[in-house]
Amino acid sequence: MKKIAMASLNALFARIAADKKLYLPIEKAGKVDFYEWSEGENVRLDALKTVKSAKDVFFPQVENLLKFRVEGKSIEINQAPLCEDDFVIFGVRGCDAKSFEILDRVFLVDPRDEFYASRRAHGIVVTLACGEPEESCFCTNFGVNPANPGGDVTAWIVGEEMYLQANTEKGEKLIAELDEADAKAAQDEQARITEIVGKLPLNNLNLEGFDGEHLMEKFNDPKWEGLSRACLGCGTCTFVCPTCQCYDIRDFDNGKSVTRYRCWDSCMYSDFTLMAAENSRHTQLQRYRQRFMHKLVYFPANNEGVYSCVGCGRCVEKCPQGLNIVRVIKALGVNEK
Amino acid sequence: MQRMMIDRAKELLASGQVNRVLGWEQGEHSWDRTPAFFDGGNIENLKYDGFCGPNVSKYLVGEVAKDGVVLAFLKPCDSWSFNQLATEHRINTEKVYAIGVGCRGKIDVEKVRAKGIKGILDIAEDGDTLKVHTLYGDSTVERKEVLLDKCLSCKGKEHKAGAEFIGQSEETSVGDKFELVAKLEAMTPDERFAFWRSELSKCIRCNACRNVCPACSCIKCVFDNPHTGVQNKAAADDFEENLFHIIRAFHVAGRCTDCGECSRVCPQGIPLHLLNRKFIKDIDELYGEYRAGAEIGQRHPLENFDKGDCEPSIVHERGGSAQ
Amino acid sequence: MPVKNENWTPTIVAFCCNWCSYAGADLAGSSRLSYPANVKIIRIPCSCRLNPLFVLRAFQRGADGVILCGCHPGDCHYTTGNYYARRRMTLLFSMLDYLGIDRRRTRVEWVSAAEGAKFSATMNDFAKTITELGENKKLGDLRCKE
Repeated sequence: MKKIAMASLNALFARIAADKKLYLPIEKAGKVDFYEWSEGENVRLDALKTVKSAKDVFFPQVENLLKFRVEGKSIEINQAPLCEDDFVIFGVRGCDAKSFEILDRVFLVDPRDEFYASRRAHGIVVTLACGEPEESCFCTNFGVNPANPGGDVTAWIVGEEMYLQANTEKGEKLIAELDEADAKAAQDEQARITEIVGKLPLNNLNLEGFDGEHLMEKFNDPKWEGLSRACLGCGTCTFVCPTCQCYDIRDFDNGKSVTRYRCWDSCMYSDFTLMAAENSRHTQLQRYRQRFMHKLVYFPANNEGVYSCVGCGRCVEKCPQGLNIVRVIKALGVNEK
Repeated sequence: MQRMMIDRAKELLASGQVNRVLGWEQGEHSWDRTPAFFDGGNIENLKYDGFCGPNVSKYLVGEVAKDGVVLAFLKPCDSWSFNQLATEHRINTEKVYAIGVGCRGKIDVEKVRAKGIKGILDIAEDGDTLKVHTLYGDSTVERKEVLLDKCLSCKGKEHKAGAEFIGQSEETSVGDKFELVAKLEAMTPDERFAFWRSELSKCIRCNACRNVCPACSCIKCVFDNPHTGVQNKAAADDFEENLFHIIRAFHVAGRCTDCGECSRVCPQGIPLHLLNRKFIKDIDELYGEYRAGAEIGQRHPLENFDKGDCEPSIVHERGGSAQ
Repeated sequence: MPVKNENWTPTIVAFCCNWCSYAGADLAGSSRLSYPANVKIIRIPCSCRLNPLFVLRAFQRGADGVILCGCHPGDCHYTTGNYYARRRMTLLFSMLDYLGIDRRRTRVEWVSAAEGAKFSATMNDFAKTITELGENKKLGDLRCKE
């Protein structure tokens, strides 16, 4: 266990940023998101939830894949470079850290996504325990421990000190030069957080029945109609979600060359399933159902029961019309509501 | 008031005058409000209180396509959107039974959180104060300090549509609604550019502003249409953020009732209403005061003209500093 | 002050109404009146065909200035098209100005089929203004700059 005074954090950031890119929760125009750090940025480690999740660092909202240019009869193709340098993402909460494991199950299986894989290989994740969990948090239902969130390094803020525990070799190297510390303070903090988490209103969701066995039963549940009726069909929930991994690949033609890029897509959009012949989902009910069926039924059915939700609660806070996955779990599950 | 609304809805449902009801119900937390539809069976779930911010008028576009009459509860500001949609023939008013409900401003829970209040378990309205019960202790907040931005430029307590009315309304405006627009106009172009870049670069292109907007009622948006050449799902370049928001604001210019939903729903807190309000201010100044949604059947300033209109060069001549 | 690129010449897009201004440009040509070669004319059926998207797309694709030329108010081939265009462009230009884009990069001029000289003078003047303003950096798309 290592420690550093909160007042010296900036110096630590500067040291890390000297030879690596460093991403931190930074406030810009009133909202906190993960941005690359540079001296003078308004770092907000106290902000529990960034608007977009930390997945942006490994799976950015927009990234170029390749560029091609045609001249005469020749075509020149340039693939975008893979990530080759180590970088650090600091201040990741337990839910977001867990989401990387879920994204791995999508992008690191055959066919492996090399862009994602190279970033995963070079990313050093420093997680931060949630000192003040909130009412919208329900991560414990999905096996996340906000008191000890894992990653390459785990950090706890206790008063004016930050305690750091390396969990991997990469992590150890990152914090090697910090002062040694007694583990007691961080352990007390863990106990304190665990106690608060026990009082969270959403920490007891019953996920019984959300599995491949009950697929058709859930799919045909008449409650979807009422649940989805107020859905605007915007992409807020999908874009703030740490586990949504759907993307579209598009070309941008500037008249001289073409840039092929990929960008996040949302199953809430009407053109998500648009194909040459037909659009297989006609109504918002179908799209809405798809999103939650994917997270709660299809994904666990194909991934040894692992849900594609980490309980970060961003959809609970951000849905403009107050719809979210918790309502679905409560309505379709065996919970009383 | 909630009781009166439920009772009246029951009467109307029982008499067969209406077939279903559009209002709000509780979401996950005690303060979450979701637009919802009711019939006789679940009408007791209808909620109406200080948290019912969402404007429900746009849902009527889909509802009037169905059989029967829908009872819609409209706040004063929602009634403007209702009129505008009726003007554009998106709502057949014969299939809607509108009841105006009183409003004294709606609460923005984000603003309660912005006061440093975390882990909210319950918020209770008690006159002009809110009692907030949290995981980390209890506190009270002045109601008027945490009203939605749209309520700070309230459209007035008068309902512009409705067959009958329940409850009293209060005007909740604070200051001049064009104050911020004027402040931006007074900046240098570089300052304005920096302001909008910092705001618009947060945009995640979730389209919530577009989808919630009662004026954005196109069946297929130009930005969703693969044949327009501007379809974009993500702001792959700064330009696309500008493009989307300028074109969206322009498309609703003259039709925007300034209901403020765009800014309410933006997950990144971009003050989108300042774009719409700029158009409203310009229209007022150049073509005479005009309020979309004030009544059904108005002809809006962009589908109208006057032979003596000013020339576009007026933009070059008007105030605001040049580069 | 922005650093001026020595090799840079402005790109100007002129949207011209088919009935007046496009013919005006034609007359300028047949009268041997010159206007800058970097003015790219796009013919549109009427000034009111100019969707605000076109203006923004022109900027995206590298225009440094955009000008709309149409029939004089009252002379529209379709009677009233240019009256609508006038309102739209006024509001659009005002919005661009509000976003911090230099207001001198956008302009509307009414040029009739008989005004070849006016067309030439307008384009020369506009090109001069844009040259002085320099490259449009605020409203371009980086992917189009290469």
